[in-house]
Amino acid sequence: MAEVVLQDVTRRYGATLALDRLSMTIADGAFVVLLGPTGAGKTTTLRLISGLETPDGGDILMGGRSVLRDTPAQRDVAMVFQQYSLYPHMSVRDNLAFPLRSPVLRTPEDEITRKVAEVAAALRIEDKLGNKATELSGGEMQRVSIGRALVRDPQLFLMDEPLSSLDAKLRADLRVELKRIHAQLGATLLYVTHDQIEAMTMATEVGVLDEGRLVQFGTPREIYEDPVSLHVAARLGLPRINALPADLFAGAPVGAKTIGLRPEHMRQGEGRAAQVQRIEPLGDQTRLHLSLDGHDIVTLTDPHTDLEPGDSLAIEPRNALYFDASGARIV
Amino acid sequence: MAEIEIRNLCKKFGDFTAVQSSSFRIEDGEFFMLLGPSGCGKTTTLRMIAGLELPTSGEIRIGGEEVGQKPASQRDIAFVFQMFALYPHLNVRRNIAYPLVSQGMRRAQVREKVAEVARILGIEGMLDRPVGGLSGGDRQRVALGRAIVRDPKCFLMDEPLGALDAEFRERMAEELRALHDRMRATTVYVTHDQLEAMQMGDKIVVMNGGVVEQFGVPQDIYDKPATMFVAGFIGAPPMNFLPFHGTAEAGDTTVTLHHQALPVSALREPFDGDMVYGVRPEHVRLSDAGGYRGEVVATEYLGTTQIVTLRTPDGEIKARIPAGQAARMGETVGLEFNGATVTLFDRQTGRAIRSDLNEGVLAHG
Repeated sequence: MAEVVLQDVTRRYGATLALDRLSMTIADGAFVVLLGPTGAGKTTTLRLISGLETPDGGDILMGGRSVLRDTPAQRDVAMVFQQYSLYPHMSVRDNLAFPLRSPVLRTPEDEITRKVAEVAAALRIEDKLGNKATELSGGEMQRVSIGRALVRDPQLFLMDEPLSSLDAKLRADLRVELKRIHAQLGATLLYVTHDQIEAMTMATEVGVLDEGRLVQFGTPREIYEDPVSLHVAARLGLPRINALPADLFAGAPVGAKTIGLRPEHMRQGEGRAAQVQRIEPLGDQTRLHLSLDGHDIVTLTDPHTDLEPGDSLAIEPRNALYFDASGARIV
Repeated sequence: MAEIEIRNLCKKFGDFTAVQSSSFRIEDGEFFMLLGPSGCGKTTTLRMIAGLELPTSGEIRIGGEEVGQKPASQRDIAFVFQMFALYPHLNVRRNIAYPLVSQGMRRAQVREKVAEVARILGIEGMLDRPVGGLSGGDRQRVALGRAIVRDPKCFLMDEPLGALDAEFRERMAEELRALHDRMRATTVYVTHDQLEAMQMGDKIVVMNGGVVEQFGVPQDIYDKPATMFVAGFIGAPPMNFLPFHGTAEAGDTTVTLHHQALPVSALREPFDGDMVYGVRPEHVRLSDAGGYRGEVVATEYLGTTQIVTLRTPDGEIKARIPAGQAARMGETVGLEFNGATVTLFDRQTGRAIRSDLNEGVLAHG
């Protein structure tokens, strides 16, 4: 494993600037999650690091050395894609062993057996080793394709939305499992997703990408509690942060255009009266849709609330986030 | 508009029973969710209501009229599919107008209806555009428009948001619900997404293996599950299950797991044998005082809360606690459970054992 450094990495596709001077350090043993919508440059970043594409500017260092001239094989990274591609005619065991049997690596057979057993145990698919790849469920197939990356001890794992084609329950299980595997193996991971839950729950650091630029890099808690812009604030948090005109409430700082209110930024029962529009039970909590001077506000309340549509509920900001006209945070 | 009543509805495909004696009632104007995993019979049920499948036995009443053996064309319903099928060679206006034109409605009246529907859906500006160039969301709005324009007795929707990405899906879900709140048309909506069902539905039917597991309002289904299947299907993370063996009497407010008395909602019936202690993650507290102990094996930060996974003598359990509260990996901590919210299950059948908590719900469920 090794530290990976991106220095002013730029990539253009014709007139489109896919990545704009991206600089970022992935520390040895880190689990970095790149978060952003479609087209933000997440996958491009992975492809540049893996060597599938070449940057138009900037440098990529692994273990302190530029790898721009290295082939993908020389860079020794392992990729896991959204669409698992297993060899259907092979058993799970042979699928897992396949990368080790590459003529470049020349791994001894007893070493292969040991590695495959270790990875199968980590992924909890020991009892499936004899199965054909086609006899597995979707979740098992994705675990095998992750396993095929894990057997190799590469410098770096690159994962491109590996859980997005799985159902919700399985995604939740594999989130915990990936985190456990990361801790257990001490692996370095760069993981791309547009799912904020994955970013918050798994990452040691989150990088938020917007139109090819890295707009913030920090721990999930820093990104959630201390966003640099309205754009970043809207990336994390469910329900999404309410962005309202700053003068809707008294006390906005000078230059504030927008006040950002998460549910925990609103004291209920004091302040300005809002109308309850709709009540949505989530089970553990209830989502309230409010209206204040024609603005929609979404917040949370107790699941057994007595509130009904048409009721009035006073709300007052506390420790709210403020943003200027450009969307930058005012601290 | 109309209420829909389903009585003892069955559907067999050869030897395979897709739907097994289902009964429930959809009130006039309700937004009604058919929820379950794939293969549970929810889509088959919807297709029988639509008249796209004929039931093997049982009754379907729409607005008091038995329609079970009538073809779709005589039922006056509108169906919205997951894959929005639009006529690619027609523009938006003509796609929406199509059902009216084929009914032979006068042209001036068609124009008026289409304009009204376009206003409701906020797509007035795109009426003359070809459907080929539209985004996924706009295509779905046009498909909805074509369903609404006929003023049918009810709308049937089969995972209409299934093909959209997460962020957009949330917005369309809100739009759909707001549209329903304005029009108040009886709507039956099929989904496998429990959160979508909880958020959008006035009532939910949870199906599994062709059987109706529970029928009720969302919060009741969450708080008072009738079966282990429902408790495990609803909620993210779902209800925790701790299996144990023991004896319980009516009136008991504790059960014994691993030599510890754990609180439960006061039981209304005795039980002897294999049981399961069911507690939701937000009703598990980490506390030094708790005699029942678990080791922290994972934490997941979620902003205001975090999910902590703990290993206990009876299996893994998840707790939802404030993000600010410390929970260190490897640490062993005491656990406390909010007994009034705990459901006990018969492990063999999966059915909830009657208690003060669920008495009212199970009685008529």
